[in-house]
Amino acid sequence: MFDILIVGAGVVGSSVARALSRYQASILVVDAACDVAEGSSKANSGIVHAGYDAVPGTLKAKLNVRGAEMYPSLCEELGVPYRRNGAMILAFSEDDRSTLKKLYDQGIKNGVKELRIIEKEEILALEPQTSPEVVCALLVPTSGIVSPYEMAFALADHAAVNGVEFRFQTKVDSVRWEKDHWEAETNQGKIQARILVNCAGASSADLHNQMGGEKAEIIHRRGQYYILDHPDVLPFDHTMFQCPTKMGKGILVAPTVHGNVLLGPTAEDIQDPLDVATTAEGLESVLKAARLTWPGLSVRTAITNFSGVRAHEIHGDFMVGKVAGHAYEAAGMESPGLSAAPAVGEMLEEIIVREEGLEKKAQWLPAPVHPRPFNEMTDQERQAAIEADPLYGKIICRCEVVTEAEIRAAIRRPVGATSVDGVKRRTRAGMGRCQGGFCSPRVVEILAEELHIPMTSVRKGGPGSELLVGTIQEAMAKEAEA
Amino acid sequence: MTEKDLVIIGGGPAGLAAAIGAWEDGIRDMVVLEREKQAGGILRQCIHNGFGLHRFGEELTGPEYAQRDIDRAKELGIPIQCNTTVLSVTEEKVVTCVSAEKGLEIIHARAIILAMGCRERPRGALGTPGTRCAGIYTAGTAQKFVNLEGFMPGKRVVILGSGDIGLIMARRMTLQGAKVLACVELMPFSSGLNRNIVQCLQDFDIPLYLSHTVTNVEGRERLTGVTVSEVGPDRKPIPGTEIHFDCDTLLLSVGLIPENELSRTAKVELSPVTSGAVVNDLLETSVPGIFSCGNVLHVHDLVDFVSEESFKAGHAAADLILHGAKRSDTIRVLDGEGVRGTVPQMIRRGSADEVRLMFRPAGVYKNASAVVMCGDREVARKRAMIFTPGEMAVLPIPGNKVAELDGDITVKMEVKA
Repeated sequence: MFDILIVGAGVVGSSVARALSRYQASILVVDAACDVAEGSSKANSGIVHAGYDAVPGTLKAKLNVRGAEMYPSLCEELGVPYRRNGAMILAFSEDDRSTLKKLYDQGIKNGVKELRIIEKEEILALEPQTSPEVVCALLVPTSGIVSPYEMAFALADHAAVNGVEFRFQTKVDSVRWEKDHWEAETNQGKIQARILVNCAGASSADLHNQMGGEKAEIIHRRGQYYILDHPDVLPFDHTMFQCPTKMGKGILVAPTVHGNVLLGPTAEDIQDPLDVATTAEGLESVLKAARLTWPGLSVRTAITNFSGVRAHEIHGDFMVGKVAGHAYEAAGMESPGLSAAPAVGEMLEEIIVREEGLEKKAQWLPAPVHPRPFNEMTDQERQAAIEADPLYGKIICRCEVVTEAEIRAAIRRPVGATSVDGVKRRTRAGMGRCQGGFCSPRVVEILAEELHIPMTSVRKGGPGSELLVGTIQEAMAKEAEA
Repeated sequence: MTEKDLVIIGGGPAGLAAAIGAWEDGIRDMVVLEREKQAGGILRQCIHNGFGLHRFGEELTGPEYAQRDIDRAKELGIPIQCNTTVLSVTEEKVVTCVSAEKGLEIIHARAIILAMGCRERPRGALGTPGTRCAGIYTAGTAQKFVNLEGFMPGKRVVILGSGDIGLIMARRMTLQGAKVLACVELMPFSSGLNRNIVQCLQDFDIPLYLSHTVTNVEGRERLTGVTVSEVGPDRKPIPGTEIHFDCDTLLLSVGLIPENELSRTAKVELSPVTSGAVVNDLLETSVPGIFSCGNVLHVHDLVDFVSEESFKAGHAAADLILHGAKRSDTIRVLDGEGVRGTVPQMIRRGSADEVRLMFRPAGVYKNASAVVMCGDREVARKRAMIFTPGEMAVLPIPGNKVAELDGDITVKMEVKA
């Protein structure tokens, strides 16, 4: 029996786990997927929104603004790449100007600072690649960018060093209250816990309904993106939005914290939250819309495309708080869920501690120190790193300059990588222009060594995604038989 | 910082030939930096034969071909430093590299030869929609798994692109017991060598779908199938022509890109057509003392020509080190009708050395000539039954003709009416 069961190891579940790891309680986080941040958390725009586009008075507004405030120091503490690059919301007609004015007023009400509506001349001076068709823009200096999955990994690691247990490939099918505890039926058997916290993203409405909340319903909204290779000079320093629509914040053109260029997302309502395929139409529409902002866009440097699915709750707001006796939730966490995640952790911590009377631990360990990526080190730091660990002198991923030492460290992290994708997201090995063409065979070997499994058991992601189907000897023996 | 006369980046066929060339001319203070644990480059995983016909007059496997140069380099005493990755090269010819053994090294060189080779275009560069499941590899990655590591990446295979590595892997996978269902090529012609189409596809009854492409990739964890569609003259898929293949593997052989990240850090001017450096007839780049050769300069079909080009770069670098810079005014070599990516892009004015122009025809030309014009004057001509983009054309201009050049020259295709 655990004191607390958290369902969902996305950025929200990890944030809640970290917040609660300060208290004397046994905590288990389960996730149906094979790693932290496998759902919406890994495939979104990576924007820490300033908080101008949520309706004043909603939880979205409150938690976004508070979360955005927490980001700079939290990222520093956790060693997560974050940059306050500022954003612009572009208006291409005088009609759009009124939308900007509404966003501006909302932002002021929500407490967003430094907002300003700027005219074409200033936009082009700040961002010369912007389409000359632009009329005016809302300038949002406090908007930031973060690596969303690295944020989740760091939160999970910090929770884990403070005793939180993570179990993956553990899908909660149903939950029910039994006298004095919650029982979760999972594909890995029954799990019992005194307190249940629903951070289940796409599945959060199902769980919410089983926990006895008023009926909630989630629409799965897919967004498709393009990623471009990091250019010598970024086309835009700001995150460039277009005017929002009912379906979302529109197509953006944005730098990532790692210097790539991100284009997207679309907004398509789909049935299956696991359907993260891209489509020809979707990708085409991303390019078409992105060209409105950036007429000079060329896809020659595209290195990949992907989809993410966000959980839109039909009532439109986040659902954060107590659902029933000893049952809490952070459900319907669509955008700005990433921005809000630290504040959601803080809010649920406060509520659960008050309701359940949790006691603080005598000691809460600091976040594990995350060494600077080799790619960002100075020559002196590199020399010192190789002297301390010669594996820093072995470059495995040449595109992103990732060393063997870093890949092994990623597998040995508190919540370590168990797959090629897990290594990729923790180290960037395979995220470059060759997309793992050169490094993936080496990464497979290192994973096999570190995890003590055969090469043929090494997976790209979850079960069934093994990269190699057998050895040559086996194939030849079979051929001989036939 | 240490000083060296010559640093060669890359110990594949290009780097090895360049090193041997420079050594034979008297350069001793040199090093070849190789990131892998052994020299030989991509040839190490090319265990099929067909290498060396032009250079050695016999058919060797990739490792055999590489071994000849490795042995020669060893015999001469050329230092090859393996497990060493170069992180940057500057215009001032400062090379920064790392290895587990020596840590971070900074070498100032009098001359540098860039011989980093090329890489394969990945799926993301094509914008192919669908899922991002396991089972999608570039042909070269699959070749590494099979030939160097001894593992099979899949059992039922579709190959997108008809580049040579894709064709070679069609045969290799078939010989290992996999079923290769189709080779799908976007263009109306193959980008691979004709001998590979015959020996790797036709001999194994593997269908080649020209003017087709993969329009969808399916499978949540592992690939379960792909959709292939015919494309029109605009290379856009034609609705209603979809063919579905159940497969667990998609191999990509959709183009090679010279790997010029270090050339960029050295501010070497690059050609948007070849994606390699802009060089003169000595293979010297826009940065004095930095030379480029092999697949990092432009993607070759045959390693024999890589070696030939790279010996030349080695000789030129040696000459510069021993006798000082001989830069002069240059004339430009321009791509004319039907010609793409002629190398070199410049010829030293007043030189009397033979120049071998290499380029790719923009399409298939039958009973045609490649012609070099200097103004209205024909300088050189080469006739052939067929020119195709899959085979690099070589057009030599004899030394006496080079000496007569008095203005920019243009290379173009001419078809007899």
